[in-house]
Amino acid sequence: MKRATMKRAALLVLGCAALSLVLAEDAGIDLPHSKISATFKQESVPVEAPFKKFSGHIRYDASNPAGATASIDIETGSFDLGDPSYNAEIRKQAWFDSGSYPFASFRSTSAKAISPTRFEVTGSLYIKGRSLTVTVPVTIVAAGLSTAFDGTLPVSRKAFGIGDPSWNDVIEDQVNVRFHLVNASPSN
Amino acid sequence: MSSNPHASTIVAGSQTHYTRTAVGLHWLIAALIVVALVMGWTMTDMAVSPQKLKIYNWHKWVGITVLWLAALRILWRVTHRPPDMVTMPAWQRIAAHALHGVLYLLMLAQPISGWIYSNAAGFPIVYLRLIPLPNLVAKNPQLAETWQEIHETLGLVLVIVVVLHLLAALKHAFIDKDDTMRRILRWLP
Ligand code: HEM
Repeated sequence: MKRATMKRAALLVLGCAALSLVLAEDAGIDLPHSKISATFKQESVPVEAPFKKFSGHIRYDASNPAGATASIDIETGSFDLGDPSYNAEIRKQAWFDSGSYPFASFRSTSAKAISPTRFEVTGSLYIKGRSLTVTVPVTIVAAGLSTAFDGTLPVSRKAFGIGDPSWNDVIEDQVNVRFHLVNASPSN
Repeated sequence: MSSNPHASTIVAGSQTHYTRTAVGLHWLIAALIVVALVMGWTMTDMAVSPQKLKIYNWHKWVGITVLWLAALRILWRVTHRPPDMVTMPAWQRIAAHALHGVLYLLMLAQPISGWIYSNAAGFPIVYLRLIPLPNLVAKNPQLAETWQEIHETLGLVLVIVVVLHLLAALKHAFIDKDDTMRRILRWLP
């Protein structure tokens, strides 16, 4: 009886250790050290504003860049223009419609090495119920113990139905989504 | 001063008016400041709309125009002697000079405070959609709040000083009935 209990306890400990190892390997994006922003142009003035909340995973192995995968979810309601009335506007139906579409997402489908520090990821970009295949070049940067993935993805507002057309002569169609994503180091 | 025979010689000469350039700059800047003030007060109370954004940009462009015109005007002022003031008590002459000094300062400080505020709030200035101006400060929400207040307060001070300036000019024209107005309104009879 006693022996069986101990055995079970040992198995449980082992199981927990194994699970925590998997979790550590899969710690995901280190939010405080990562950044995703969108830069739009209003009357030729470039304005950059951050998304405060996002999550996801990037798996990249230098010995097999083509096997890299990325999966990112951004909370559209976390876009911060630095002013409450503009933040309320961008969450409305004509723009992000954050009530109906709280997340914008990217799911990679393939990757291709360009150089030892650069690779290209192709995948689906989902915004506001629409999906488009995009390819984005990613630069690999050392970030302390971890690795950072940097890049810029141009997005057409029209392609995803973002924005009331009455704004079109004030705000350009193209918005540049910049990202600096750091994987949480497995030792944490 | 005016009892000085040399001074009266100058007044009797061509020096009864400001130069055409000085007069032109005075009225152009005055008009642009009024436009900037009216835009500043109305745009801040508008609901979010494309028109609001447009007026914000026009406000900044008008303000930046005031800034470089004021710089030009100060340069002109220090290189061209203005006509002597009409005869008046010393305290009035001193008050007039002080008020003019404050006006020159505000013509520079008001647009510069707006420029700093705009940059701190995360908005670079692209003058007339053509010329990107350098950022005076980096984006910083706390700094933006401070400079928004400075810009707003300076705007109020500017209005007060302009009204005093205007009242003094009207006093010269209608109570003293002297030649002060004619110095800056060359085409008056
Ligand atoms: C002669 C020049 C200028 C005058 C007389 C002026 C005056 C004003 C006034 C009266 C306000 C309203 C303040 C309030 O009630 O909050 C205002 C707001 C503002 N001004 Fe100016 N301004 C001038 C130049 C500039 C310049 C050059 C810029 C930027 C480059 C600028 C940027 C702004 C901004 C962004 C606001 C909005 C503040 C807010 O959102 O609360 N201004 N200005």
